[in-house]
Amino acid sequence: MLECIPTRQVEHTTGKINPAKTCQPIGAMYAALGIHRCMPHSHGSQGCCAYHRMGLTRHFREPIVASSSSFTEGASVFGGAANLKTSIKNVFKIYDPDIMAVHTTCLSETIGDDVPTIIKQSEVPEGKVVIHANTPSYVGSHITGFSNMCKAMVAYLAESNGAAKKERVNVLPGFVSPGDMREIKRIVSVLGVDLTMFPDTTNVVDGPLTDKYDMYPEGGATVQEIRDSGNSKLTLALGPWSSDAAGALLQEKCGVPCVPLRVPVGVRATDDFIMALKDGFDVQVPRSLTIERGQVVDTLIDTHFHYQGKKVAVAGDPDLVIPLTDLLLTMGMIPAYVTTGTPGQRFETEIQGMLDQAGVSGSIVKAEGDLFDLHKWVKDNPVDLLIGNTHCKYVARAEDIPLVRFGFPIFDRAVHPLMPVTGYRGCLRLIEQISNTLLDRQDRDCKDEDYELVM
Amino acid sequence: MAITDKQLEDMLVSYPDLVLKNRKKHLILKKSAESCQTIEANTRTIPGIISQRGCCFAGCKGVVVGPIKDMVHIVHGPVGCAYYSWGTRRNKARADDTTPKENIYSQLCFVTDMQEKDIVFGGEKKLAKMIDEVVEMLHPRAISICSTCPIGLIGDDINAVAKAASERHGIQVLAFSCEGYKGVSQSAGHHIANNNIMENVIGKGTQRKPGKYVINILGEYNIGGDSWELERVLEEIGYTINCVMTGDSSYVDIRNLHLADLNLVQCHRSINYIAEMMQAKYGMPWLKVNFIGVDATAESLRNIAQCYGDEALTRKTEEVIARETARVAPVMEHYRKICEGKTAFIVVGGSRSHHYQYLLRDLGMETIVAGYEFAHRDDYEGREVISTIKGDADSRNIPELHLTPDKENYQEAHVYLNMTLEKFEELKKKVPISYYEGMNKSMKDGHVIIDDANHHEVEEILRTIKPSIYLSGVRDKYISHKMGVPSKQLHSYDYTGPYAGFNGAMNFARDIANMMTTPAWGLIKAPWEEQRKK
Repeated sequence: MLECIPTRQVEHTTGKINPAKTCQPIGAMYAALGIHRCMPHSHGSQGCCAYHRMGLTRHFREPIVASSSSFTEGASVFGGAANLKTSIKNVFKIYDPDIMAVHTTCLSETIGDDVPTIIKQSEVPEGKVVIHANTPSYVGSHITGFSNMCKAMVAYLAESNGAAKKERVNVLPGFVSPGDMREIKRIVSVLGVDLTMFPDTTNVVDGPLTDKYDMYPEGGATVQEIRDSGNSKLTLALGPWSSDAAGALLQEKCGVPCVPLRVPVGVRATDDFIMALKDGFDVQVPRSLTIERGQVVDTLIDTHFHYQGKKVAVAGDPDLVIPLTDLLLTMGMIPAYVTTGTPGQRFETEIQGMLDQAGVSGSIVKAEGDLFDLHKWVKDNPVDLLIGNTHCKYVARAEDIPLVRFGFPIFDRAVHPLMPVTGYRGCLRLIEQISNTLLDRQDRDCKDEDYELVM
Repeated sequence: MAITDKQLEDMLVSYPDLVLKNRKKHLILKKSAESCQTIEANTRTIPGIISQRGCCFAGCKGVVVGPIKDMVHIVHGPVGCAYYSWGTRRNKARADDTTPKENIYSQLCFVTDMQEKDIVFGGEKKLAKMIDEVVEMLHPRAISICSTCPIGLIGDDINAVAKAASERHGIQVLAFSCEGYKGVSQSAGHHIANNNIMENVIGKGTQRKPGKYVINILGEYNIGGDSWELERVLEEIGYTINCVMTGDSSYVDIRNLHLADLNLVQCHRSINYIAEMMQAKYGMPWLKVNFIGVDATAESLRNIAQCYGDEALTRKTEEVIARETARVAPVMEHYRKICEGKTAFIVVGGSRSHHYQYLLRDLGMETIVAGYEFAHRDDYEGREVISTIKGDADSRNIPELHLTPDKENYQEAHVYLNMTLEKFEELKKKVPISYYEGMNKSMKDGHVIIDDANHHEVEEILRTIKPSIYLSGVRDKYISHKMGVPSKQLHSYDYTGPYAGFNGAMNFARDIANMMTTPAWGLIKAPWEEQRKK
């Protein structure tokens, strides 16, 4: 596999080979699916929309419905206003959503379509809403696209009625699976705090099979809920890349204090999340959560010899990779290579800080990297384990290194969108995956006489 | 099972007037009594209508160019288009006599990753630099550059970059201006890819592969290993496969494409341009084939043998057909018992919706609704209508190449097949040489033909016409499941295959039977819910 990749040092400074990011619009589309009865709309060629629906459908194995402005060459020359106006009219008439969430593409951005003005000139039926986010594909990544759409939700919808804030927390979950959103909501619920989560893709992209298809499944934050988020007492913005912008705008626009946190992957990030709720709402942490936490610590102590001291390479999205790296350090593992495709110097600073604190030296940490970089690093100096999305499987096979699938996209395994990697339960799942993967490898590779019954 | 005009009308009632007026032209209820039922195709999708269609880039890089295994394909644009077309079409590739493993780049994704400043100041230098680095790193035999939307708008001259890089490195660098907004679907991209490969690659080689019967297979992309199954059978009969366009193909082999006797055309839509242009330039005949289905495969094999009119070849063909059909018969019979009498709804691509009807027929299944995503009228009504198709602003943007006979390599079609002109004329009456009959002729009265089916129509058809299975793409698959209709992707075969040829038919039969009978369909209602009303 991949015999073409040279072993010698090569110059790779321009463009990406095997990217570790994709473009903004897919993130915006995913965020928009987290609004109840929302039609995500891609303002560009129909290929963009087709590709994003394909990518999300393959990851979630669920219907992903979105519309497109279907640009042709004419629209690309004369501007896409007519296409967007026609789209808005047709979408409300035929598909009847409560809200359309328009995101731009590199095409409409390069032309310079003024989307807010076009929306104002469009026929939007009474009681319906159209929001928009600018998501040119030549800026940021799918993660910043997600962030931009979250910010648009606040910009267009959130309102403060000026009255005393409600005893309720807004949680901006970040670009995570519905399994994670469900777990995060469960933790908030166990703490007895009233919650608005947006976007919320639970019961949207993890729907049941009931013999009845509904174009707009029952999940998602309603427009009303997002409006009322301006009256909540506190916002927890999980993951700086995906959620900080929306949280900060909500604070500025509606006076809701925002606490930026990591996505609760790993023990410490989950602890921080729970403490923020405890402090914010003056609630007692119930014993059930203390038990869950204790189970994680118990497991870490009991199984540390499965993974402690093993070298690991990680690639993924910054909001997940940063807390994951913290968990790996908690497990005593050595993150030798940590990369993300998404830009942001902060990624390198934060991870390097954690590595320094843990006394791990000699690691390579890179933002705006790609999987070719990762492959070369691993080829030069192997690791025991890879953690990353499905695209990493080629590196894994070429270099004969086991892979734990983590992040987005995962095309070659099922069930993952329903299972959390967040919270203490998510910790157990990650520990189990990492441990089992290493043990399976040991079982496969060891001599007959070393094949163990108990491990 | 017949569908009525009323059912079709009801399906469209919620459309605004303009949409209704447009969509009516893309739907036909087959009635043989009506002499010429025409369908509108290859026209714009209405903005806001949720279509299955992709774009020009997807047709060019994704379908035709991407599978060429020994070229580095650099996507010039922001990251997304390269990312989504990376490995997702399942065009399998492996090393062979002319291409060692070290020259295969199929699993890699190359993109200039244009940033905002590149959009403002232009991306030509970045592209040139990336080419230089890739050449230094991998020493590929050739490189392709495929443009995405913003490239055309900012005016990067990829042809100039390609030309200069080609001179710098002494390898061919092909520039494909396949921006997503061109044309109305993937189809424009097929055409752009065909033109460039025809003009700049085909005919450059000089090595004819040894063998008495040397053939090309065009429009076969080796999804799930389809072309390997075809090669297994064709090689046993005695053919030499010169090149498959473009499944598991190499740049080296494509250069020699003209050094064969006959082009077989599997996917008419994506590759008929090359077949036609090779006929014009080299005189090489092409034969429409369909290797989807046991009977269809046997018929195609017989047709190919007839093209050579060689008794030994015919004998060997019959021997292989007899053995293979006997081998697959018990398996097909086993699954036929499960599938018999069931109905299918197919919407895919530009040929599959037709081809798979034969395989479904092998299983006793009837296709009651069928349509294409990006076909032209000739794919529905047959090539006889080509002269009546009116061009529009979108189709005129894609150049038509008008080729003249090649001075050195042109010979008359019958000479390629080593027969007299009279015999060749006879042959044309028996087998589809330079001809495709289209899908509509094989549909029965009361069945629906639908072009560019959209979400609303698919949902209505699944709900009201209730086919037993739905064969489509990944974007529709899970919608169908939610409605209780088993669905299979016919772009990617749900990650199995091959489905072509004899072994493929058995795989397909097994998968279709399994998807209809998987026990979980019986668990949809919880025991505490009301029993399902039958």
